[in-house]
Amino acid sequence: MTPTGTGPRVALFVTCLVDLYRPTVGWAAVKLLEDAGCTVEVPAAQTCCGQPAYNSGDKADAKAIAEGVIRAFEGYDFVVAPSGSCAGMIKAHYGELFQDDPNWSPRADALSAKTFELVSFLTDVLGVSAVDARHSGTVTYHDSCSGLRELGIKAQPRALLATVDGLSLRDLPDAEVCCGFGGTFCVKYGEISDKIVSKKTANVALSGADTLLAGDLGCLLNMAGKLKRQGSAVEVRHVAEVLAGMADGPAIGEARKGGKTVA
Amino acid sequence: MTAHVITSPRFKENAHEAMLSPPLQKAMGNVERNFIERRAQAAANLPEFEALRDAARDIKTHTLKHLDLYLEAYERKVTEAGGHVHWAADADAANKIVLDICRKAGARTVTKGKSMISEEIGLNGFLEANGVTPVETDLGEYIIQLRGEAPSHIIAPAVHVNKEEVEAEFRRVHTHLDPKRDLSEPTSLLAEARGELRQKFLAADVGITGANFLIAETGTSVIVTNEGNGDLTQILPRVHVVIASLEKITPTLEDASQILRVLARSATGQEMSVYTTFSTGPRRPGDPDGPEEYHVVLLDNGRSAMLGTEFEDMLRCIRCGACMNHCPVYHAIGGHAYGWVYPGPMGAVLTPTLIGVEKGGHLPNASTFCGRCESVCPMRIPLPKLMRHWREREFERHLTPPTARWSLKTWAFFATRPRLYRLATRVAMGTLGMLGRGSGRFRSLPLASGWTKYRDMPAPQGSTFQAEWAKRRRAA
Repeated sequence: MTPTGTGPRVALFVTCLVDLYRPTVGWAAVKLLEDAGCTVEVPAAQTCCGQPAYNSGDKADAKAIAEGVIRAFEGYDFVVAPSGSCAGMIKAHYGELFQDDPNWSPRADALSAKTFELVSFLTDVLGVSAVDARHSGTVTYHDSCSGLRELGIKAQPRALLATVDGLSLRDLPDAEVCCGFGGTFCVKYGEISDKIVSKKTANVALSGADTLLAGDLGCLLNMAGKLKRQGSAVEVRHVAEVLAGMADGPAIGEARKGGKTVA
Repeated sequence: MTAHVITSPRFKENAHEAMLSPPLQKAMGNVERNFIERRAQAAANLPEFEALRDAARDIKTHTLKHLDLYLEAYERKVTEAGGHVHWAADADAANKIVLDICRKAGARTVTKGKSMISEEIGLNGFLEANGVTPVETDLGEYIIQLRGEAPSHIIAPAVHVNKEEVEAEFRRVHTHLDPKRDLSEPTSLLAEARGELRQKFLAADVGITGANFLIAETGTSVIVTNEGNGDLTQILPRVHVVIASLEKITPTLEDASQILRVLARSATGQEMSVYTTFSTGPRRPGDPDGPEEYHVVLLDNGRSAMLGTEFEDMLRCIRCGACMNHCPVYHAIGGHAYGWVYPGPMGAVLTPTLIGVEKGGHLPNASTFCGRCESVCPMRIPLPKLMRHWREREFERHLTPPTARWSLKTWAFFATRPRLYRLATRVAMGTLGMLGRGSGRFRSLPLASGWTKYRDMPAPQGSTFQAEWAKRRRAA
């Protein structure tokens, strides 16, 4: 199978977490983009957006990593990531990272301008208003912080979810409150992170949904990890899996068919 | 003791204890609900609220660019009105100036309106050590003064204290009152504090207040309060002392009025606080009331060193508390865990400038960067960005913990070498995926105990997306 779209050439920034943890999300992104007419490519020279280094105060390494991203991605019409956090890093922070560097600054700004988070790219740039997918069950949606506050992603995923056949969307109380992940925060200040994610899982239970969705794998791993530790039956998935109709495999932290339930 | 003890280096232990305290957790639950709902309602009720935030930010940004001029203009106006301006480079200098004014006035007791600057410089401890008794007259400050605590919130200093604890404290201290009196209702507690404080207002020789604004155009100091205690503090005694830091300067009355429109809405959700009081100089001939002497102690304490640096934005802060009211970390641990006077996101930025990043280093790190603070800050201070600047300074100075530094460097090594990265991650994820395939998650993992102590670690699917994509390309 080769990329078949006739629309824009879109480079998928798959993000390190999706690449390493959950390739299904990458395939869901590819399907959604190709269904919308894009020619999708995946530059091989991609690793990470540099956010862990940037937010840890390691500006030199953040720059080195970001330079690699710019080189690998600047030749495409658009750069799309299935993550508000990584797209936000490129879109909202690369400019500041290179603001004192006359060589890299224009290249960083140009990349920022054409970088988007997956779901908002589909709705806001490509004008997608419905998806061709089916998912039976009740789902609820957590607004990941970077996507919500840096990129204004709030209505877009809900609008597309509303077009999924058989899906019923429940409100998540305090959906806009952080899940406590925060990148390295969740291990550096594990106990505080645990307190915050416990409030989130309590709200997930209040929602009454059987599936929790969000647009960022970091938050999803955190929330899934806590839900599973608490013995919750709620399934956790990336929103793209449901929108692409690819939510039939095991959810995050769930055993593959036939596996044991507890290690 | 002249200042609040700094326990910021013990941040994690403080936080641990706070999370185990049911009364504190209950109090934080109230912060999480009430403040947020009220602010949201107040903002929604004012169509120009977002535009006002921009205007407020621009006023302060302009003021900071010309701070020297406005400070000089302010001093001239205060002097013209018959007041005195005292410049204090640091906490010690400010404390000595206030003590000197008290001694000249022969003061034994001073009443105080709520002032975070007073907390910052440890004024109460200093006055007590020098034979002057300070009496806090804001109810929350009165309660924490009795308890010997620092404030846990910048506008609600006793937000961590519950009703029963207040009652116990009043019974312990107000021993001259009937031990059988009923203090079960908040109103009876309030009435008792009022009764106690009324006598102190009348007995005080000096009244000390902070300032929400110092207006350069007129030499006026402005306080906003809800209890009226600030007015009694500054009108009844013979001498009124204002203590405020340099960045409280606002060019004109009109500017202050604009910022006032975002202040109370952001803080408590009120349109305006109950009292907004303007003071210009001492009592003039013919005035019905007012102090005979009017002093302003202008504190620098590190502010001027922030000008022109990446931390200058922080000087726009008007101390509304919206950042901490919306902070998931503050909600989890309360204000005392931050270990000094200023908690929450604004404290995470300001505290390291005041006590040093060596002691305050945890604070800017203990944030998820969720950005909710910035989204509600009336002055649009980029708080996460400023916290990140502290992290950069720590990293440059090798104050970042070695394990964190080593992990980052290792990650960066691979992340800048894509071919090596693809190879290494394929092997690692293949192994992890194999190990985790049975249950889909790990209850514990070597090197990941920081994660698995509290939550399961979901297992990766096993192959990497890049490997799968390469396979698709080859098959094409």
